[in-house]
Amino acid sequence: MPRDKETLLRKFHQAKWDEDMIFEMSVPGERGILVPKAEKEIWDEVGDGISAIPEDLRRKNMPELPEVNQLRVLRHYTRLSQETLGVDVTIDISMATCTMKYSPKVQEHLAARHPGITEVHPSQDEETIQGILEIYYKVEQFLKEISGLDHFCFQPGGGAQAIFTNASIMRAYHAARGEGRRNEIITTIFSHPANAGAPATAGYKVITLMPDENGYPDLGALKAALSERTAGIFVTNPEDTGIYNPRIDEYVNAAHEVGALCAYDQANANAVIGIARAKEAGFDLCHFNLHKTFSAPHGCMGPALGANGVIESLAKFLPVPRVEFDGERYFLDYERPESIGRVRSFFGNTPLLIKAYAWIMQHGAEGLREVAKCSVLNSNYLEKKIREIPGVTVWYAEGKRRLEQVRYSWEKLKEDTGVGTEDIKRRMADYGLQHYWTSHHPWVVPEPFSLEPCESYSKDDIDEYAAILAQIAKEAYEDPEFIKNAPYNSTIHKIPSPDIDEPERIAITWRQYKKKGLK
Amino acid sequence: MKKLGVIVNPIAGLGGRVGLKGTDGDEIVRMARQLGAEPEAPVRATEALRVISKIKDRIEVLTYPDEMGEDACREAGLNPKVIGAIRSGTTTSEDTVKAARELVAEGVDLLLFAGGDGTAANIYDAIRHKVPALGIPAGVKIHSAVYAVTPRSAGHVAVMFLEGGLTKNRVAEVMDIDEDAFRDGFITAKLHGTLRVPEESRYVQGAKAGGIQSEKEALQGIAASVIAAMAEMDHYFIIGSGTTTRLIMVNLGLENTLLGVDVVQNKRLVAKDVTEKQLLDLTDGKDAKIVVTVIGGQGHIFGRGNQQISPRIIRRVGRENIIIVASKEKLAALRGKPLLVDTGDEALNEALSGYLRVTTGYRDFVMYKVGYEYL
Repeated sequence: MPRDKETLLRKFHQAKWDEDMIFEMSVPGERGILVPKAEKEIWDEVGDGISAIPEDLRRKNMPELPEVNQLRVLRHYTRLSQETLGVDVTIDISMATCTMKYSPKVQEHLAARHPGITEVHPSQDEETIQGILEIYYKVEQFLKEISGLDHFCFQPGGGAQAIFTNASIMRAYHAARGEGRRNEIITTIFSHPANAGAPATAGYKVITLMPDENGYPDLGALKAALSERTAGIFVTNPEDTGIYNPRIDEYVNAAHEVGALCAYDQANANAVIGIARAKEAGFDLCHFNLHKTFSAPHGCMGPALGANGVIESLAKFLPVPRVEFDGERYFLDYERPESIGRVRSFFGNTPLLIKAYAWIMQHGAEGLREVAKCSVLNSNYLEKKIREIPGVTVWYAEGKRRLEQVRYSWEKLKEDTGVGTEDIKRRMADYGLQHYWTSHHPWVVPEPFSLEPCESYSKDDIDEYAAILAQIAKEAYEDPEFIKNAPYNSTIHKIPSPDIDEPERIAITWRQYKKKGLK
Repeated sequence: MKKLGVIVNPIAGLGGRVGLKGTDGDEIVRMARQLGAEPEAPVRATEALRVISKIKDRIEVLTYPDEMGEDACREAGLNPKVIGAIRSGTTTSEDTVKAARELVAEGVDLLLFAGGDGTAANIYDAIRHKVPALGIPAGVKIHSAVYAVTPRSAGHVAVMFLEGGLTKNRVAEVMDIDEDAFRDGFITAKLHGTLRVPEESRYVQGAKAGGIQSEKEALQGIAASVIAAMAEMDHYFIIGSGTTTRLIMVNLGLENTLLGVDVVQNKRLVAKDVTEKQLLDLTDGKDAKIVVTVIGGQGHIFGRGNQQISPRIIRRVGRENIIIVASKEKLAALRGKPLLVDTGDEALNEALSGYLRVTTGYRDFVMYKVGYEYL
């Protein structure tokens, strides 16, 4: 895709078609695979395979699976892949808080193709998976060093589940001390909303703190919210604004004073790995998303791994099994009577752990520190360029450096031209950029957009990205209607209104899609 | 020397404590008086003017006779130049329009007026953008963005403006509400016009924000949260005005007054669209809770559209039994400004300030700052 040397703008056009769903391609009777009949020895042993399933669990009708041959399946998914604007086809610094870094492809060879991974089963005898257990054990040692906390667990299948796990550990801790009445969790509006949602799912009441005039969580509100009913606080730092709270220890101390525990959301730890640790800030628990900071791909809400860590006194509550090492061999330890139990089957998303292991080994301690420095430098460079764009403002902490990401605002542009952040976002696709991330709701910063150019991006990438946003702002001032009708070079024009988050318009299965009459 | 023009709409706010939704129309004024209402506007105007009296030697104050400004000015220790003529006790909106035109003709630099949405509309009709204006909140309904957050803030803004500390103006909305529809439970706000207001975002209230689609689920959670609290047998729940609180009643299957105060006990409606007096009688010696919402865009929890829940009621129920309900979107729209109390009782305003827990969803809260005034 050629780029103009002067303007840094590309002539981009996304795939023009809107690919059918695979269900719509179904032809009755068409087959991708004809499964061979079982050989006699096997048949004799297991029978037809179906009668082993209890009668009331067996489906009465055939599932309505799409019937499509292999070549058509291949074409379908290849065409779909041409409609994407992900990290492998564009400069993906649009998704602040997500840390869309390059996931080295060599990791796929280890995690997805190596027979030592693909040909093993988690129920195998632990003697036969010593290598995998060793990786578990070693990554735990790395994260202990990075966070300063004493134990890690790799079961949670994502950041929110890691928070859920930590909330469950808090409950077990308080119950063991006869303080089961503690049923409140405190978090902040600029922490990821999973810090409110996951504890709520675990049964807690949730109290959220709004920012003060400097953009820090309101410390007065925290002190007013803390009580003998507080089980713990869940905060992140720097928050989604990119502003690092240098007084975080005061928040932690205030919580400890009323007997609450403190959990540090380090899902995105890209600004602080090798620089600052949860332990020194006084935290009791934390979690890292291996699919953010540690380079494993996000998998589009699919495979993920939220590694949660705790201090020594909370170790007994961690999920089982624990991977332990006796000096000679690695083994799974289930003997934890006070454990909260399992949060996921077997021992979690092993391929992600392997990718994170490879990434950490490639970098070494000094390399990790370099990652943090580089991502902060990149973000500050981008911020300087974005601030020069007419119509952009940055809320809070004027004159202070932000760390690895920044939440910007198009409020002024909207006042000047009527063009808001959603309009700009759609226009970006015309220049070959992934839509940027606005903000979680509610929009505390009006007309927000959040950018995070992590260490994977070069100065040239950042220059191009800033040039595109500057171009769109210029277009907005010249011809607002043109931007409001964007995009022009994309598969889908506009997401239909009313909002697609209305339950009656959501269909996550083909069956629902047909039933709700959306087809 | 700078000139300040002062206009008081003497009947503004008359209907609030007795559960009427404003005072547009003679019939309503008569009803309000019969229900024992006393005018609030002169008292509130005096409160604002007291702040201004500190600079009385450096400014010239012009006003209209008797209850339309002169009385309040003198009460506050000002010695105004009085122009025009009225028939005391029978003034109407036409007098407001006339007063505004004549004061502007006298060359005032700022027009300070006490009233509600109707008064602001009259001022707009009279002066448009000729001179900056600022409202002292004294009406039942204040949806317009031309009002200071409290009477004393109005005084402070006026002082800052007259002393040259505020040089910028902003254009603020004057909203028009159909009072008859309002009494029947419909909000039909529309933009009536705009006034130029001294720019001081901390002191001047923003226009009410509209609701957005994605709050729906959270609002249902808020209603469920309050209904769960109603498990306390025999407690009276005083349900304030607004669409957020209305949803509680809808979920209970109860009739409700969108812009009035209803009382619920054991999940049953015991009194509808009550006056302050009815509330006092009902809750005498009883356990009660007050459920109020935040007026979108402005942040008021007491003193705007729910004057029936008077200082006496609030004191009796107690700070710990106030349930504030609002979506997080509504709180975010305050842009860091605190929730506001303007009960008409300064000591109570102070006692209510600090931090209060706002119910923002099912078992979901925000700890939010409450203020009663700045400075």
